[in-house]
Amino acid sequence: MSLVIDDLTVTVGDRRVVDGLSLDVPDGARVGLIGESGSGKSMTTLAVLGLLPDGARATGSIRLDGRELLGASERELAGLRGRVVGTVFQDPRTALDPVVTVGRQIAEPLRLHGRVGRRDARARAVAAAAEVGLPDPEAVVDLYPHQLSGGQRQRVGIAMALINRPGLVLADEPTTALDVTTQAEVLALFQRLVDEQRTSLLFVTHDLAVLSRITDHAAVLSHGRVVERGPVEQLLHRPEHEVTRGLVEATRATTWRAS
Amino acid sequence: MRRGAFVRELLRRPQGAFGVGWLTLIVLSALISRFWTPLDPFDTDPYSAWLTPSFGHPFGTDSVGRDIFSYVFAATGTTVVVAVASGVVATVVGVGLAALGSLTARWVRESVAVLIDVLVAFPTLLIAMALAAAFGGSLTVVVVAVGVGYGVTIARVSRSEIRQVARTDYVLAARANGLGTGAVLRRHVLPNIAPVVVVQLSLSMATSVLAEAGLSFLGYGAPADTASWGRLLSDLQKFIGVHPGSVVWPGLAITLTVLALNLLGDAVRDASDPRLRSRLRSRRTGRDTPGSPSTSGPSTAPPRATAPGAAGTPTTPGVVS
Repeated sequence: MSLVIDDLTVTVGDRRVVDGLSLDVPDGARVGLIGESGSGKSMTTLAVLGLLPDGARATGSIRLDGRELLGASERELAGLRGRVVGTVFQDPRTALDPVVTVGRQIAEPLRLHGRVGRRDARARAVAAAAEVGLPDPEAVVDLYPHQLSGGQRQRVGIAMALINRPGLVLADEPTTALDVTTQAEVLALFQRLVDEQRTSLLFVTHDLAVLSRITDHAAVLSHGRVVERGPVEQLLHRPEHEVTRGLVEATRATTWRAS
Repeated sequence: MRRGAFVRELLRRPQGAFGVGWLTLIVLSALISRFWTPLDPFDTDPYSAWLTPSFGHPFGTDSVGRDIFSYVFAATGTTVVVAVASGVVATVVGVGLAALGSLTARWVRESVAVLIDVLVAFPTLLIAMALAAAFGGSLTVVVVAVGVGYGVTIARVSRSEIRQVARTDYVLAARANGLGTGAVLRRHVLPNIAPVVVVQLSLSMATSVLAEAGLSFLGYGAPADTASWGRLLSDLQKFIGVHPGSVVWPGLAITLTVLALNLLGDAVRDASDPRLRSRLRSRRTGRDTPGSPSTSGPSTAPPRATAPGAAGTPTTPGVVS
């Protein structure tokens, strides 16, 4: 499934948080969007989902397999969310409902879009929990989020995003809130599932090191504008723009400190 | 949540056990008193006025020789009907207004917010008395006045709770899964604010018991042919200097029922929160959270930040009307 973002501008009040952003995610490709916090990365994913906060307005064009999403009806967008577009959020501690069991949350997109009964939904949730490597999937679906570790919760988030086999996955800093070891495990899992399901992926992060492990191409975002784009290897080793160089420096610093 | 686990958790707490026990007694009495009371609660007999408690008259008799126990017993029906009916009205009004005041288009929710603030300023008992003056005293007046009056309080509390929940990541995630506003409300918002609403609901039922007693005491509540604790209290207090022992019974019934409702509310809130629940259990047994699978790798799970409903909610077990 291909995503084409063309000249996207998001304004909040009179401030442009995304300024003329264009980005292609061809069918089956994995593309990164990288930038410092506040550079407009998250706003871009929210604009794709049609879930911009109150008071934010988007202009330009966002096409999913040629279908225009900006200005599409809420009903049409709701039919796409969770079915053809799966989303993984940044902080697994807050992205899961604390009073709903893990299994019911994993199966939520399924029950919503698939007309699946309660028993089938549970079985599918167990299968999905096993697929993302949660221990003892039969038991884990009956637990509440607070009974899982951060890494396990993010696995739940991934299972939820992928349960309807979406054509496009949006990942908004899915590893940022995890510690380094867990980060590596979750990234490996992500990579495997995206490969297996051949979904297109838009991976948003501020960490070039993470990006280099999962995507081939990336665009660097600063103050709502794309300042550099190209293969991740090239961004990492021959950065041209100073923002990219800053990100590379930051990556080196953290990697060096970690080892 | 499994129903059995919830009931077990509820009864394990002393407040819950007392609340459930006393209210069960009241509800059973209400049911039985529809068909049978030890003596006719309205049967007067001037020759047996002011009898002291005995086997035949466990609470004694009043100035016209009515059996106080039978009267108190029969009045449980009035109390239960008023408490349940006004509780239902208050919840529907409260949650409905709160949802309208938080999840709708901006101009709607802001007008509703103003409406709530204005209505909160009206004292419930005064509204009830005004309604009673206009339509005559009846239980319907009590139910409507307390239901709407306390419903507005529930609305104000739940509105801020709903707004908090609506801002969370998990609601955003649910919307990203394709849930519409109605489904988000049903599946994520209501379960998360339920503990707060339940506490408020129990407070509103306690208030309605008090309000019914108060209004009947003043002559605005239950009509003369309906047994009511407040009416009995009002009849007996005229003689409080001579027969202080009799006033104790309706007073005790009112106090214990209001207390039971307040304590039950707190216990239900504690027992219905899965985080609070397992924390309590792990503290008790000294082991880790139950059934928690082995963590994969050395990942650390930071303790959950307080979510709406878990903290920062008014839970004072006091009744304000």
